This record gives sequence, C-alpha cells and structure tokens, in this order.
Amino acid sequence: MVAKKKTENSNGPSQKILQELHRKMVRIRKFEESAGKMMEDGKIPGALHLYVGQEAVASGVMQHLSNEDWITSTHRGHGHLVAKGGEFKPMFAELFGRSTGYCRGKGGSMHISNMDLGMLGANGIVGGGPPIAMGAAFSNKFKKNKNVSVAFFGDGASNEGSVHEAANMAALYQLPCVFVCENNGYGEYTPQARHQAIVDVADRAAGYGMPGVVCDGMDVMAVYEAAGEAIERARNGEGPTLLECKTYRYYDHVGVRGMGLNYRSDEEVEEWKNKDAIEAFEKRLLQLGVMTKKKIEKVHSSVNQDIEEAIAFANDSPYPLPEELLDNVYNEEA
Amino acid sequence: MSEAESNTVRELPYVMAINEGIREVLREQKNAFIAGEDVAIAGSVYGYCAGLLDEFGEERVIDTPISEKGIMGLGVGASATGCRPIIDLMFMDFVGECMDEIANQMAKMRFMFGGKATLPVTVLTMGGAGGSLAAQHSQSLEAWLAHLPGMKVVMPSDSYDAKGMIISATRDNNPVFVVLNKASLAMSMEVPEGSYEVPLGEACVRRQGKDLTIVAFGRMVHEAMASVDRLKEIGIDAEVIDARSVQPFDTETVVNSIRKTHRALVIHEAVKFGGIGGEIAAQIQEEAFDYLDAPVMRVAAPFSPVPFSPALEQIYIPNADSILTKVKETLAM
Repeated sequence: MVAKKKTENSNGPSQKILQELHRKMVRIRKFEESAGKMMEDGKIPGALHLYVGQEAVASGVMQHLSNEDWITSTHRGHGHLVAKGGEFKPMFAELFGRSTGYCRGKGGSMHISNMDLGMLGANGIVGGGPPIAMGAAFSNKFKKNKNVSVAFFGDGASNEGSVHEAANMAALYQLPCVFVCENNGYGEYTPQARHQAIVDVADRAAGYGMPGVVCDGMDVMAVYEAAGEAIERARNGEGPTLLECKTYRYYDHVGVRGMGLNYRSDEEVEEWKNKDAIEAFEKRLLQLGVMTKKKIEKVHSSVNQDIEEAIAFANDSPYPLPEELLDNVYNEEA
Repeated sequence: MSEAESNTVRELPYVMAINEGIREVLREQKNAFIAGEDVAIAGSVYGYCAGLLDEFGEERVIDTPISEKGIMGLGVGASATGCRPIIDLMFMDFVGECMDEIANQMAKMRFMFGGKATLPVTVLTMGGAGGSLAAQHSQSLEAWLAHLPGMKVVMPSDSYDAKGMIISATRDNNPVFVVLNKASLAMSMEVPEGSYEVPLGEACVRRQGKDLTIVAFGRMVHEAMASVDRLKEIGIDAEVIDARSVQPFDTETVVNSIRKTHRALVIHEAVKFGGIGGEIAAQIQEEAFDYLDAPVMRVAAPFSPVPFSPALEQIYIPNADSILTKVKETLAM
C-alpha cells in the first residue's frame, strides 16, 4: 500500500517513507535492467524505452498517490507503472506478449497500463498523455472527489500542442492535475538546446497561469518534496502545477545498445551516472541511519528474487490465442 | 408546454431534435456533460445547445478554449475514468486538429489495455457542404473515422434519428461519432417527446422498390428520395436505404435488398476516391455478386476540395440529378 499523504515529523518524511522510496527506485532499476537483458536475449519483441536513470522522478511523485489517483505515462512508461504499484509478473508477461500480461498481450511496452492502479497507460505518442490526464482530472473535479491526476511527459513532449492545450485547460478549470516534466535533456536523439529556446520547461507555467517549479530529478527527496506540494495544492482545489524534474536516461532513446547514433558523449553519460539517484540515496540512508548496508542488500536481493520469479512466470505463460485477436476492439456490453 | 408525455409527437427541426437529444441525455445520466467551443453561454454556433446552460449549469455545460486536442483529450480522459462526456466538435473538418486523440487514444485505448478500459464518449460534429463555407468547413470525412477499429460512426439524416441516435450513442459503451449535417438543420419532421433510441449499426429502408437499391448516407438520403419519381419515369422502381450507421455498417439490410433488386447505387457527400462507397461496393460484390445484374454504381463528390462559389458548390454536391445521370449512364438508358 502506498502512503497517501506524507506523514512527516519535524525532521522530514518518516523512515517508512524513505524506505518505500528506496524500494520503489530499486524495483524500477532492476525491472528495467532485466527487461533490457530480456530484450537482448530475444524474449521481448518490438521496442523498449528504458527508464534507467530517471527512477527518482517516478518514485518521488508516486509516493504521494493512491490507486484512486490517475496518472498518464509516456513511451518510457515501465518505471511509472512499477512506482504506481505494478507487479512484475503481469508486467514482464506483457512485455513478452503473453496473455497473462496486464493488457493480455495487446499493448506491450508502449501501452502497458493498469486501470485498477490508476495508471492510464504508457503512450506511444509523444504528448499523448497530458490531455488524457487533464480529462481524468476533470472527471475527479466533476465527481467532487479528492483524487488528483498526474501527467508525466518529457522535454520533447513539452513542444507538442497537445501539452499546451491540456495545461491551459487544466489551469482554466483549476483542475486537480499535476504536470510533471521529466527533462532528460533529449527529445529522442535531439538535445534540448536544439529543440527549444528555453532551459527550464517550467518557465512555460507562467503562460498557462500555474506555478512552475524546477527540481533536481536525480534527488528523490527533492522530487518527493516538490511533488508533495504540487499534489497537495491539486487535492485542495488550488489547481495545477508544472513541476520540472531535471534528470537523465542512461540508455539510448530506445533499446539497450541503442542505434549507435553520435548524439551525446560517453563523458556526459558518465557525469550523470556519478549523480545516480539510487547510489546517492543509499549513501544518505546510511548516513541518516535509516537503513543498514545489510538492509539495503536485503532489498536488492528480495527484488532480484521477485524479478526471477516474474521472468519465469512470463516465460511459462501462454501466448494469446488466435481467437483473442478481435477481442476488445469494441466493448460489446450494453 | 403541458405535462410531457413520452409519446407526444410534434414537428421538430433537426437543430431542435439535437437539442432535445442532448437534453434527455443530461437529464438521464448524471455523469454526462457536454463540453465544446461556444456550447454554454452562446448555446453553440448552430443553436442546438440553446438553454442547456440554464437547465444544467456550468458544471455540466462547459465552454472550452479553441483547443480541439484538449477537448478530445478531455473526452478520452473523462470517459475512461467514469464520466459519460458529450464532446462537441464544431466542424467535422477540425478532426485534423485532434486526430491523435481520436485515432490513437480514443479508438484504441480499450484494445491496447486488453479490454480493461471503457470509453463511453460521444462526439457530436457537423459535416457537409452547401453554405459556401469553402474547403475547410464543409467536408464529409466519415471515411477517416470509420477506418478506425474501435470507433463507431453514425450519420443521422433526419430529426427523429438525430435525437434517437444521440441518446443511443451516449448509452453505448464505446466512442461514437455522431456526424450531423449542417444543411439539414432546418428540416422538420415529427419527433416524439421524451427519450427513445435509434439503434446504432442498423440501416433503415426508407422506400421499398424492386429495380434498384440506393444506399445513401446522411443528407444524401433526401437526394435519393428526391430521385425516386424521376427514376420511375425511366422505368426504375428504386428502393432507398438510409445507411444511418457507417461503422458498424449494416451489410445485411443492403444485401437483402440487392437480392430483390439486383442493382445497387451508393451515394455520399464525401469525395468518391477512398470514400465509404468504395467499401460498400466491395462488400456488395463479396456478399451478393451472383445477384447483381449491373455494376455497383457510386455517386459522390468529385476529387476536389469543396469550392467556395455557390456556382461551383452547387455542382460539387451530389444530388438527384447526379443519381439520374449515373443510372442512365450505367444501365445504358
């Protein structure tokens, strides 16, 4: 169960929350690293956009959300689903194209979703999510509940008209919607400086009439705090926020080895890896005495075990049957 | 008006039938709302949202910015999360502004999610030429939408169907485009008060005949009916089928008719190339080839953007004359 609200004492978030944040990040990292291996082994067909490097963002934001809160994700969506409570077994099964997957093998990596967890899908279209998140936020306001929706999108998507329209409408209607821009410095293979004339995407918030906040997306505590404020505002009916998290993806836009395109330097990648969110947070947890080395190792080994079991499950799962092809094109229920 | 009886029938123009359809939906379904450009305080540019704001209030009758991606995304997100939105897309031509939300999100979400999402969203939009609104405000793009698995597309040709199909569309648990026709707004006919459904996916035989089956879409139904007497003069007793629904298409009703008449003509306002008529002609030859005594005929707009000048627009839109010409030409009469 995810903590719905931060239960802070005067010294900051509780030990339980810190440990949950850590576990979330480790789960995402290991899921993604394994997914990468599985793709290299030929187990995963199609395209795979790995979230490795950006774990602090999904984890820090999702810590404030319950299953009743909605999110929309991106093509780089596994991390968001893991942080929202996604289980490894149906996730791997989906990536493997099996009928036991969250989407019964109909969606795959780019459309992985779970409505029960409030996850309105990864999205193959850059900028596809924010209008949907805005619509979900409208729904929450319409039904007068206290739930929020969060739209994750990248610096690349920040140039899509759909994002501007969703942000404008969310501000206009004062919807409980948080726009989380994961600025990883690249729109696919094009560096930010070559795709927009601004440095901070959050600058655009003023144009929509909402607060814009920049935070260090490699620092899970910074994300946790900034997201907490934005989400609380949204829950209290004070409208949307644009939260920009500066982060970095370690792997290429797509796949593991990438396409060998000469668009960024190895030095740059190394520089960001030196700021690795998980390593930094583990150091901090040790310093704070929140976790011991042994406890951290235990988290890693238990997640490893979950991964192994999930991969075995996915491997043993059946492919969808030919007669399932036309299922769910339409909802046949009256 | 005195106490409404559900079966009281009165003359109602198409525009007011649309209004009543929306009204019935908002009365019946508490999770329904209508959102679109100019729908609330202005009551829509066509007038069919008149009075809705007064009756249902700001929370359920929502003016939006001119942001079709946003509006359509609102429909996707709100319907997937438990509302039953009616999205008003002022002109059908504007689908270009929000085709991603329509084609890649709305139509596919249920399938992509393995059946775990339901999107009961109705989109009202206005197609058709005839008002000198030129190339960007006059198109009939139903084939674009009908090409999308997951999408339903209907084209009510008259007041009765407009009201009933809006109600059916909102009760359906799938995205439905209700393509209205702006040249029909003032056309009147008897319409019952209260709520009733016109089923989606069922064609309607408007006139029985034995020599030729005319399959017509939207406003072209009226042109088909107008051609009946003139076809009779050349010895052809035409059966007229109002297709009503483009997706799903009622092949059965059409094929049953052709088994009797042995000839078929499809008429639509959209351009002929890639229009829905080609699909219907193909289905007819697949399902009823042995019954055909003549090639399947198509009457549609020429392959050109809709022209502005009334002199050109008049000859652009298919009508009873084009039906007559086509029949004479094909049957060598």
